[in-house]
Parts: sequence; structure tokens; C-alpha cells
Amino acid sequence: MNMLLKALFATAGICAVTYAQAATVTIATVNNSDMIRMQRLSKTFEEQHPDIKLKWVVLEENVLRQRLTTDIATQGGQFDVLTIGMYETGLWGAKGWLEPMKNLPADYDADDLFPSVREGLSVKGTLYALPFYAESSITYYRTDLFKGAGLTMPEQPTWEQLGEFAAKLHQPDKDQYGICLRGKAGWGENMALVGTMANAFGARWFDEKWQPEFTGPEWTKAASFYVDTMKKYGPPGASSNGFNENLALFNSGKCAMWVDASVAGSFTTDKSQSKVADHVGFAASPSQVTDNGSSWLYAWSLAIPSSSKNKEAAQSFATWATSKQYAKLVADKEGIANVPPGTRKSTYSDAYMQAAPFAKVSLSMLEKADPAHPSAKPVPYIGIQYVTIPEFQAIGTSVGKLFSAALTGQMPVEQALQAAQQSTAREMKRAGYPK
Amino acid sequence: MLTLKQSRRLQSVVLGALAWTVALILFFPIFWMILTSFKTEIDAFATPPQLIFHPTLENYLHIQERSDYFHFAWNSVAIAFGSTIIGMLLAVPAAYSMAFHETRLTKQTLLWMLSTKMLPAVGVLMPIYLMTKSLGLLDTKLSLIIIYTLINLPIMVWMVYTYFKDIPKDILEAARLDGATTVQEIVRVLLPISKGGLASTVLLSLILCWNEAFWSLNLTSSSAAPLTALIASYSSPEGLFWAKLSAVSTLACAPILIFGWISQKQLVRGLSFGAVK
Repeated sequence: MNMLLKALFATAGICAVTYAQAATVTIATVNNSDMIRMQRLSKTFEEQHPDIKLKWVVLEENVLRQRLTTDIATQGGQFDVLTIGMYETGLWGAKGWLEPMKNLPADYDADDLFPSVREGLSVKGTLYALPFYAESSITYYRTDLFKGAGLTMPEQPTWEQLGEFAAKLHQPDKDQYGICLRGKAGWGENMALVGTMANAFGARWFDEKWQPEFTGPEWTKAASFYVDTMKKYGPPGASSNGFNENLALFNSGKCAMWVDASVAGSFTTDKSQSKVADHVGFAASPSQVTDNGSSWLYAWSLAIPSSSKNKEAAQSFATWATSKQYAKLVADKEGIANVPPGTRKSTYSDAYMQAAPFAKVSLSMLEKADPAHPSAKPVPYIGIQYVTIPEFQAIGTSVGKLFSAALTGQMPVEQALQAAQQSTAREMKRAGYPK
Repeated sequence: MLTLKQSRRLQSVVLGALAWTVALILFFPIFWMILTSFKTEIDAFATPPQLIFHPTLENYLHIQERSDYFHFAWNSVAIAFGSTIIGMLLAVPAAYSMAFHETRLTKQTLLWMLSTKMLPAVGVLMPIYLMTKSLGLLDTKLSLIIIYTLINLPIMVWMVYTYFKDIPKDILEAARLDGATTVQEIVRVLLPISKGGLASTVLLSLILCWNEAFWSLNLTSSSAAPLTALIASYSSPEGLFWAKLSAVSTLACAPILIFGWISQKQLVRGLSFGAVK
């Protein structure tokens, strides 16, 4: 009996110690297939770390941004790991809202990360988030339609060439549109596309003195090309199309070409969701007068807020989820094509390149991306399809609405650019930027 | 020339057809949501929209695999019922006092209460978030119960007040002559008479709590997150999600739809409560 009591007490003691030591890490993330896969595979992490329990909070992207901003600004401490992009990492890291990613284990091999991605997630040389997956923008096109029309897509097309191809392939009576591009207003929606297109035409958001340049010849050419091409060869209602709407159009065989995030490569070639999976070709994101900033760079990354109560456990998880070991786990359990793309050089092995036909183009775009030189002319900011200043969300969305209005024909391009110039100049003056 | 009987019959047919048309228009989004929940993602996005398709249960299986539906459903039930019970406990005495012991400020008080509904929720997000944080109530059911009670109380008081106003004061006076106390007046006389009206107030409060999304998304994360948070988690920035979103929405709406269906008699009785006079 005595022995039994002792055993019971010992077990209770062990349980109590285990319970007391178990740290709960709350992870805020979005509903992207790679994140959901991470959630599914995280059981392995919990098995390897019995002292850490994971709690998942999956939110809609805009709600996630709003929640994280509120929580981090008030030091709410609701989350231990945040899924954020390069834009937030730069701003929040500089404000001291994020924990620096120091003391990474030797086998993490931070040098294996793409330099552009690593720099994009660093502030003054200090890494503030670990990249989970990164994307650039590339051109998707229908190989069967191109072959049928006797056209050849160059490896590095220009926007003008895309316009010419669109004119030849546009057959609205057959529900086939020449080109699909984002039109839905928002700094992360149409402005991601229009921003890179403007970069390719040699435009920039601001000159070296932080004066906006919307009324310059480069923006005028880019905006006119965008609106004219979409009006002539785009699908109807393009002003409400974002990534998902264009993905659905392309996958159902209604777009001859589409320029968007490289992450769509796996969706367009997946037979369970694409009717044209066998007829998808990939090319570089179009350039025009320059290559600089013609393809965007974005990385969904894991960061730890300074308000986290379990920083050590949180870093342990963020390190695991962005490690080579995790990539191997995904390859073993779900197939090599499902390894989170764009963050590590080692991901792009021969086997991966063979399994993911879009990887070659995507890799070349990632290697070329340079957020510090997004335009042919010098700029005072960092960022390709965005500008890493707190005011950019409001400015980008406001300009995005004007482009959307120009696309629907509510106002001519010149008027939209004039309005963009005025509102941006006013906002920047209020924020005290122009020198 | 139509006879009176024929004219009434025609009127009845026309009104019936109109009622059916309105009902079908109102029901169509729900019907389309349920239909979409049985489609594949590619079918869900198809243009023109497809009425004939191969139905699949894959979206429901995906939800079952990924989310703990019952955890979210239980939170919704606890928050909706908790808030409604507290709301009714406050609304009934308040409405009683306003309906049967009216002062010259009663009307203004009622209007002022309703005016609080005009304040946009986002305007008070930061103060409420900070208060909730200071009280250690972030991600708790209690915080949502308190907030939902405060949000819905003006409507509940108004509704109960309207039903009470329709009850003749003589009935209460008779009870008072028989020696009933104020509490007995309310519990034994007033509540049984206004059962239908109270039931519809309860039902409306439950529906409002069940459907509320702004506060539930901002004040909860995992432990206390209700079904509205579960729905939001199925929206994806990169990837097709309409079919899965429809499936999770169907699952989220189902309990309150069934509850509304069962209690529709009470609801109709409550809405036609003026007939008591």
C-alpha cells in the first residue's frame, strides 16, 4: 500500500512538473496551403518537444494584420509567433516590437537563405523574422493557345510583347481573354502588380527627396498601358479581380496569360483544381525599359513579438518550421513539390526542379530581386512592390482605388495620376518626409 | 365582374405568391451557400455558376480534419446563451419600470439607449481592447458575454418595453389588490402573459450574438473563439477557398437555423403580440 502511495505521489509529482514546465506557444497565421500543412505537420514538433504545446489561430489576412497591429501596439501578448510579411517585419523590427532572431542553432544554416529574402527580413543587419515561404511574380501562359496561334513566349518577355500576344489571343466570344491582371484595389492587391509594372517602365514611387512622381512620363506610360490593355484584352469586371479571382479564371481556361505570384505555379499545375494543368507555361515577370523591380518579392515569415511570454519556445518553433529538417519532413510526407518555396537555396535541388516545373523561373526571379534597387533611378526607400514606411498602407490603397477607378472608366488615366500625385504628396507632407 | 369571394381568393393568391417570392429571394443566398459547400473549388468558381455538378463531401471532411468544430460551436452556444440570459435579467425589470412607472424622462431614456447603437464599433475598439487586456479578459468567453449584453441591451429593452406597453395596467392592479409584490407581479402575471414577446426577444438576441463577428475576431484568439472566428479562418489570400468557406458557413449557420425553425411559432406569436389587447 505504502509503495502504491509513493508511486502515485511520484507520478503526480512528475505530472505537475511537466505541466508547470509546458509552455504554450500561440501561433497566428493565415489560411494558405503551406501554413495549413505546417499546422498539420507540427505534431512532429510537439513530439520532439514534449515541453511545448502549440495553439493555432488562423485568421483572414486583413484581420490578421489588424489583430497583430492592435496586439503588438498594446503589448497584449496574445500571440507568441506571428506570420507576417517583409513590409511588417521592416517596420515592426525597427520599432523594437519584434524579438531579434539571434542564437540560431548551427544546423539552421542561415547562409542557405536567399540573400534578398534575408535582407528583406533584416533591419540594420539584424534578422527579425525567419522566412517560411517566399514568392516573386512570374508570367503564366497557355502553351496550347500559343502553339495554336504560332506564337512563342520569350524567356524574358516585355510588357509590350505581352500586349501584342494578348491582342492575338483575345477571343471573348469563346470566353477566352488575352490577359488577366489584378484590378482589385489595395496596396497588396492591384498595387503589387501595377507597382512592379511601373518599375519595369522606369517609374518610381518617390524621387530622392520623397516627392511622388505619378505625373512623370514613366508612370503615365505604365498606367496607360495597364488600363488600355486590360480594357481591350482583359476579362470583364477586372477591377474586382485579385489573386484568387484570376487564379480561378486561369484554372478554368479563360486567360491566355496571367502575371502574378509564383506561388500560383503549384495551383495552376494541380489537376484537381486546374482544367489547364497540362498546358501551362512559365516565363519571367515582364520587363520593359529595365529589369529592376519588374518582379516582386514577398516572404511570409515567422516573427516573435516582444510581448511574447514564451520567447524561447516560440523561437524554437519558428526555427523548426523554417529549417532544412522541416523541408525534408514535407518532402518525405507530402512530396517534394510541396516544400515551402523561395527561402532556401538548398530547396532547389534537381529533384525539386523536376517536380515543380515553375521553380526554374521562380528561382531566377528570386535571385534577381533587389529591394534596395527597385527602379532604374535611385530611390530613398526599400521595397519592390511596396515602400517600407508606415504611411504606405494608406497611400498604396488610396492610389490603388484610383487605378481601379481608371480601369472601370470612372476617370481617365491622367486624372487618376493627377489625383494620386496630389493625395500622396499631401500625405507625405503631413508625415514630414519631403526634404 | 368578380364576386367578393372571388376577389378575396385572388387577393389571397397574389399575396401568397408575393410572400413566396420574397421568401425565396431571402432564402436564395443560404441555398447557394449550401449548394456551394458540396462543390469542388473549381466548380465553386465556375462561370456561369453551375446548378448541376458532381456533389462532394470533401469540404466537410477537410473541416473535420483541420478544425475542432465542437470547440467553436460550444463557445458560440455559451456566449450567445450567457449574454441573452444576463440581457433578459436586466431588460425585463428595466422595461417593466419604463412601461408601468413611466416618468417624463422615460421616452428620452429609451431614445438615448437606442442611440448608442449608432456608434460604429471600430470607434471604441482600442479603449475596449485595452480595458479587456487590463482586466485579463482577452480570449475569454466572459469578455464577449459582457460586450454582447451591452450591445444588445438597448434593443432588448425596447422590444420588451413594447410588449409590456400592450398589456393593460388593470391586470397588474388586480394582482396588486390580491396582495402580489412587485416581483410576484412580474414573475406570476407579466411574464406568463408576455411569453411570446419575450421568446422573440430571446431569439433575436441569440441570433445577434451568434452572428456577431467584429468583437469575436478582435477579442478572442483560440480558447474563446466562436463559430464566426472559425468561418473567418477559412478565407485565404492565396488559394481557392469558396467551397470550404461555404461548408464551414453551413456548419456555423445550421444550429441557429434549426433553433429558429423549432421556435418559429413562438417568434410569430411574439411578433403578433399586440392582439392581447
